[in-house]
Amino acid sequence: MKIHEYQAKELLAPFGVAVPLGRAATTPDEAVAAVAPLIEESGNPVVVVKAQIHAGGRGKGTFKEHPGLRGVNVVTDGATGGVPAAEAKVRELAERMLGSTLVTVQTGPAGKQVNRLYVEQGMDIQRELYLSVVLDRSIGRNVVMVSTEGGMDIEEVAARTPEKIVRVAIDPLLGLADYQARALAFALGLKGEAHKKGVALFKAVARAAEELDTDLLEVNPLVVTGQGDVVALDAKVSIDANAMFRHPEVAGLRDLSEEDPAEVEASRYGLSFIKLDGNVGCLVNGAGLAMATMDTIKEVGGEPANFLDVGGSATEEKVAAAFEIITRDPNVRGIFVNIFGGIMKCDTIANGVVAAVRKVGLDVPLVVRLEGTNSELGKRIIDESGLDVISATDMKDGARKIVELAGRAS
Amino acid sequence: MSPLIGLHTRLLVQGLGDAGTFHTDKAIAYGTDVVAAVRPGKGGQSVRFSGQTDHSGVPGRPDTYDVEVPSFDTVAEAVAATGANASVVFVPPPFAADAIMEAADAGIELVVAITEGIPIMDMVRVKRFLEGKRTRLIGPNCPGLTKPRECKIGIMPGYIHSPGKVGVVSRSGTLTYEAVKQLTDIGLGQTLAVGIGGDPVNGTSFIDMLRVFQDDPATEAVLMIGEIGGTAEEAAAAFIREHVTKPVAAFIAGTTAPPGKRMGHAGAIISGGTGTAAEKIAALEAAGVVVARTPSDMGSAVVEAIRRRG
Repeated sequence: MKIHEYQAKELLAPFGVAVPLGRAATTPDEAVAAVAPLIEESGNPVVVVKAQIHAGGRGKGTFKEHPGLRGVNVVTDGATGGVPAAEAKVRELAERMLGSTLVTVQTGPAGKQVNRLYVEQGMDIQRELYLSVVLDRSIGRNVVMVSTEGGMDIEEVAARTPEKIVRVAIDPLLGLADYQARALAFALGLKGEAHKKGVALFKAVARAAEELDTDLLEVNPLVVTGQGDVVALDAKVSIDANAMFRHPEVAGLRDLSEEDPAEVEASRYGLSFIKLDGNVGCLVNGAGLAMATMDTIKEVGGEPANFLDVGGSATEEKVAAAFEIITRDPNVRGIFVNIFGGIMKCDTIANGVVAAVRKVGLDVPLVVRLEGTNSELGKRIIDESGLDVISATDMKDGARKIVELAGRAS
Repeated sequence: MSPLIGLHTRLLVQGLGDAGTFHTDKAIAYGTDVVAAVRPGKGGQSVRFSGQTDHSGVPGRPDTYDVEVPSFDTVAEAVAATGANASVVFVPPPFAADAIMEAADAGIELVVAITEGIPIMDMVRVKRFLEGKRTRLIGPNCPGLTKPRECKIGIMPGYIHSPGKVGVVSRSGTLTYEAVKQLTDIGLGQTLAVGIGGDPVNGTSFIDMLRVFQDDPATEAVLMIGEIGGTAEEAAAAFIREHVTKPVAAFIAGTTAPPGKRMGHAGAIISGGTGTAAEKIAALEAAGVVVARTPSDMGSAVVEAIRRRG
């Protein structure tokens, strides 16, 4: 589950990760109200106004409505004109940013609407570094990864100068050891006070990653200030969806306005759904089979409208909900139900499909392929329902039939 | 002697909820020797399973079954009383890691975790816990494994299997069924079909299973089913090039998956430009593996792989 930068910083601070002072705002008035206290508390006349969306590249991103305006803006007006000048500039920025559409390398060309801002104290930045805690699947452990190339896209650093990335693996039973944290600090060339603070911060993020069940924890940039402080200037945290049951406090941070409404509804039913651009709706059990179904549709000349895995423990209600979500997409010109039952029983799928069609109707062709656990029972339920369903003998047969029918319908 | 499981397998079930009960019944009907269930607080009770076997009518095999499976409070007690040597875990996600560790601590040789949705950090700890222990973990988030006509552990539909000569290993559950059915339909059959699961941290890897199949005299060819995300398929390709002399065919799901989107499985995501199907297919083909273009061609890819090795 993705969360906003300001929320990530709020989660990390209690572990001992130094973060700038800041306040979140959803209106220009709230943004302006943040300015005076920030300047007073930090003693720095500079403030920064940052768009909060669930996508990276905000600093270089620009607004559709305001092509010259960036997603992150440093306000220096306070240095000469005092708090009132800073407030005036923040108001102007907030009025233009809020409600506008920010396009970054990660949002795609459609961009994302900005509904929240984060107003932060300015920092005396001496160095920009990179820090993250990510899972290394090949060893089954989290690794702490650092680089001197802060502020850059880490994938680019990995491709161009892999020797500049230093990583250490965290033993889950022991945590990040002191010597490992020191090695990271030395690798970054941290000296004196910054070295000490860096070591403490690396241990803090390692602990935070474990205790918060993050599946990504990235601080880019991690900055060293003129005072020798080591501060998380940005923070990107995503929490393992499977671990949400033990983080009720984090569940409240979910921002549904950042997610696709159909995907949100699907997740409420425990369905794994991803909207795509084609016209063939897919309802499949199992992630691998769902991907393979998309691949097969494409192979026979069609385009899938979605990825949908009903999972292993789907009930009739869940199947019906899945069916409704698929049929609501106006692009859908045909539906392919592809089931190979193991833990999932074909009769459950059949009952769910029949119930959904009775409830919402069916305006597009429907091809059903049922195989595996209770498949005979499932086929009988479909046959006896009297619905206009085309049956398929296997996946490729089903894909061919639905692609042809969907092509004819559009 | 078959690899991993067979007629010698004495299975213990951890977690007898709806799914656990349903699939325990199916396993017994298939012929699996289920000797115990672990249900903390319900030790001393038993659960009865009865019905028609999958092989009723086959000469020399029983038509029906009627089994009392005793329940125990702990895995250690169950092992001491029944000699269980394998365990299948249906325990819900918050408690599944603990169940796996309990089985390993009791000396169970093979633990098969079916449970989907275990937190990654729990599996990181489990993997560390298993270091130095003799337990092999398969899964989690997997369909289990089947040795045709002898033993079925997990949730695979039994009737699609047939004894034969192909070893199947897969990251995906339902795609394993597709593969198994195709191998049955074209008459090649399987020595063993194993789903290793779609989570980013799991017990048994492609390489572990490739090693098992390479050493198993009954296995003449291998079918490997991968998907987008991670680099396990690339590592397997490197291993095949060095260590596998038997013909290998493969399929990789997710050629059309968009980057940055998690495709159902926690592990199936293209991130930072890596983990794409194209990279995996290229690595496998470079190692001499025949890669099926669509899942419907998995069986014929195995035939082609065997033909090429002559």
